[in-house]
Amino acid sequence: MRFDGTKDYVATDDLKVAVNAAMTLRRPLLVKGEPGTGKTVLAYELAKAMGTPLIEWNVKSTTKAHQGLYEYDAVARLRDGQLGDERVHDISNYIRKGKLWEAFTAPELPVLLIDEIDKADIEFPNDLLQELDRMEFHVYETKETIKAAERPIVIITSNNEKELPDAFLRRCFFHYIKFPDRQTMQEIINVHFPDIQGVLVKKAMDIFYEVRDVPGLKKKPSTSELLDWLKLILNEDMPLEVLQSKDSSKAIPPLHGALLKNEQDVMLFERLAFMAKREAR
Amino acid sequence: MFFNFMDELRAAGISASLKEHLVLLEALDKDVIRRSPEEFYYLSRATFVKDEGLLDRFDQVFSKVFKGIETSYGTQEEEIPLDWLKAVAEKYLSEEEMEKIKSLGSWDEIMETLKERLAEQEERHEGGSKWIGTGGTSPYGNSGYNPEGVRIGGEGGQKKALKVWDKREFQNLDNTKLLGTRNIKVALRRLRKFAREGAQDELDINRTIEGTAKKGWLDIHMRAERHNAVKLLLFLDVGGSMDPFIKICEELFSAATGEFKNLEFFYFHNCPYEGLWKDNRRRFSERTNTWDVLHKYGHDYKLIFVGDASMSPYEITHPGGSVEHFNEEAGVTWMQRLTNTYPAAAWLNPVPEKQWGYSQSVKIIRELMNDRMYPLTVDGLSDAMKELTRKQG
Repeated sequence: MRFDGTKDYVATDDLKVAVNAAMTLRRPLLVKGEPGTGKTVLAYELAKAMGTPLIEWNVKSTTKAHQGLYEYDAVARLRDGQLGDERVHDISNYIRKGKLWEAFTAPELPVLLIDEIDKADIEFPNDLLQELDRMEFHVYETKETIKAAERPIVIITSNNEKELPDAFLRRCFFHYIKFPDRQTMQEIINVHFPDIQGVLVKKAMDIFYEVRDVPGLKKKPSTSELLDWLKLILNEDMPLEVLQSKDSSKAIPPLHGALLKNEQDVMLFERLAFMAKREAR
Repeated sequence: MFFNFMDELRAAGISASLKEHLVLLEALDKDVIRRSPEEFYYLSRATFVKDEGLLDRFDQVFSKVFKGIETSYGTQEEEIPLDWLKAVAEKYLSEEEMEKIKSLGSWDEIMETLKERLAEQEERHEGGSKWIGTGGTSPYGNSGYNPEGVRIGGEGGQKKALKVWDKREFQNLDNTKLLGTRNIKVALRRLRKFAREGAQDELDINRTIEGTAKKGWLDIHMRAERHNAVKLLLFLDVGGSMDPFIKICEELFSAATGEFKNLEFFYFHNCPYEGLWKDNRRRFSERTNTWDVLHKYGHDYKLIFVGDASMSPYEITHPGGSVEHFNEEAGVTWMQRLTNTYPAAAWLNPVPEKQWGYSQSVKIIRELMNDRMYPLTVDGLSDAMKELTRKQG
């Protein structure tokens, strides 16, 4: 089993090595990187390439580690007890499986995506140490141990909002998706828009990297924003001249809403445009 | 070779353990990679490095261990790789000049000298004809030069067939110099003190069960949600000498507002006097009387000053010393009032600690703060938080 990227996803060599190592050794792969560089998409594409199901666990600030294992629905049992339902005698009727349980007992080897693990409480990763290391856990209510017959492939993404504990990191492979250089970006665009005009891409990329280089931007546009922007340009059927125009009054790129996500950034650009205009006079 | 690698990694501050080492061996054993140096580099990087801030250091260690190239991580403030030097030389020297220099000695020697000069220049910011950047006379440079600048200039143009790890692409992610919002938040987290306060809107299951069992009917108990109960007063110095530190203060501010519910902030200029303000654009029209602040916020508030404390000593010690207005009472009086009212206080100074000694006013403020002045770095911030959480006697 090897992962070499897919027709929709350009994987750099270092990413391939990291993914393959994680797959072969069945250790979790922790992926970090700027927002919009394709961390979550990696798991989708990996599952697609392997032809395996994807089990997705989206972590929120309120998510607790045990929710990934199982939950015991005491309220439902109480209600059934009051109504005299027969089910009440078997406690296993009230155990709700979590995503980890699902992944451990899946009939086919799945890819488990734990998305944005840093969103949860600081202790969250620590609570999952044993479970991810040994790929087993104990259900106290039914006194059974759930053990993965085959260790699932685990992809964990993090946006760096909180630091992860050392003990957790030790158990993972790590990959930092760095922002793609022009060449990789070209490949990515080609994969997504096979029919796009070469000149248009070149011009759009020039503008894009220029925007990224503007000092003081609060949120730099990333790959996913560039792709959205290109899609918009194609949709609008924008003539090439608009992009090419060196008119200083248009220092704000057309359809900038797709690239700049922050009113301060737009204002910064307007100021720059204003200054450019004044200089031109 | 491998053990050496691990030792070197640890020496560079990457916490490599036996566990990672075994994982690496296991991966090699299972033929995860094709037998090429690049893939081995990628694999060991994925195994040993768990933080993008350490990637650059890893690259240096890897290059040192597996190529025998000298690095000087830790011994020097800023490492100067050979390629920058070449870039510098190529940037600043014409071909004839290079030939001339080559006649003076070997390329390596020249590079060595250049390296030394750059290092010296790092330490001593003074003029003289020997140093690079002071013009004409030195063969090693002719116009204003600083290593930062070349790093930026050198990156784009130098299309050399470098080894991947020698490219050092992750340089700007090195976290020793950086104090991002995340680090600030983690440091500020030390100040957490949880308490249940406010509206009772959470079901207290334990007490409900207990109550129900005791009373025989459904006895529901509610409790308030748990949240951070620390109260914080943030005094920020704005304008003038604080301008270079705007970004770091912004980060601190955004991290603090995210972390604390009971946060009040005020601005001052250089030293707090009888008036503070909340909106810097209306600093002259909408002032808050400092007495009001002292009376309104209780002793349990923790006080953090953020400022460079760099000013004329008169601004602190004498009435009327302020540069902006006539202050009837000296800054010293106000500082004492503030620190007396708020026993838990700290001063964060964005100026590097090394330079504190040069400024008289920093010394005075430091004395006024009872030595509770901390540099605005990750460590400094942690120390300040530790001081603030200490039980006030």
